[in-house]
Amino acid sequence: MDNQNMLQVSVRVHPQDFSVADEYALLACDNQDGAVVNFVGKVRDFNDGSAVTDLTLEHYPGMTESVLLQISQQAGERWPLNKVTIIHRVGSLALGEQIVFIGVTSAHRKAAFAACEFLIDFLKTKAPFWKREAGDTGLKWVEARDSDQQAANIWKK
Amino acid sequence: MIQVLFFAQIRELLGTANVEHTADNIDTAEALRVALAATDDKWAKVLASDKLLVAINQTMSQWDSPVKDGDEVAFFPPVTGG
Repeated sequence: MDNQNMLQVSVRVHPQDFSVADEYALLACDNQDGAVVNFVGKVRDFNDGSAVTDLTLEHYPGMTESVLLQISQQAGERWPLNKVTIIHRVGSLALGEQIVFIGVTSAHRKAAFAACEFLIDFLKTKAPFWKREAGDTGLKWVEARDSDQQAANIWKK
Repeated sequence: MIQVLFFAQIRELLGTANVEHTADNIDTAEALRVALAATDDKWAKVLASDKLLVAINQTMSQWDSPVKDGDEVAFFPPVTGG
C-alpha cells in the first residue's frame, strides 16, 4: 500500500473559529484508524514577561496554504498516516481564543503523536504567519524563538 | 516587472505592502534587495536586517536564488505562527 496516495489532507486558513468536536468527528470516522491525535494552540495571557490582551495574526495568502500542504505531505511520507487536518486562524484574536488546530490519524498512536508534533514544529518555523500582540506595553510584534527553530531541527535527523 | 510584497514589521516600517520593480539588472533576490534598499535611508535600514527572509513565487528562497521578470518576491521577518 502507498500511504502517500491514501493521505487525506485538509488545510484551512481563515478568521473564523473552529470546533474541535466537529474536527474530531471528521477525523475519527474511519475504523482503520486506531489513533487520533489533536493539538490546539491558544492565545495565552503572558508572553516574554508582558501581559497580552489580544493579538492580530497576519499571513501571506497563497504561500501559507501551500506550505501547510507541503508539510502535511512530508508528514505523510515519514509516518503511515491516513488523515491530516490543519486549521490556522488569522485576524484579531482575544485572550483564550483558539489559534491553530492540528489533527492526525493513523493505525497506531506513535505515528500519530510524532506526526502531530512534527506538524506544529514545522508550522511554527516554516508557515508565513506573524503575530502582533496588544497588551500592557502597547502593540508588539512577536519575536521568533530560537527554541522553536531548535524543535524543528530535531526532525531533520 | 517584479511584484514585490512586504509583510509584518517590514511592511509596517516601510509603510507599504507592495511595490513594482523593474527586472532590469535584477538577477537574484539579493540584487533586488540591494536595489530596493537604495530607495532611501529608511529602506536601507529596514531591508538590511540580518533576519530578513525572502520568498520567490511563494517559495522560501536563498539570497542567491534567481529572480526574473514576472516573479513575485516577498520580504518578511522570521515567522511566528502557531
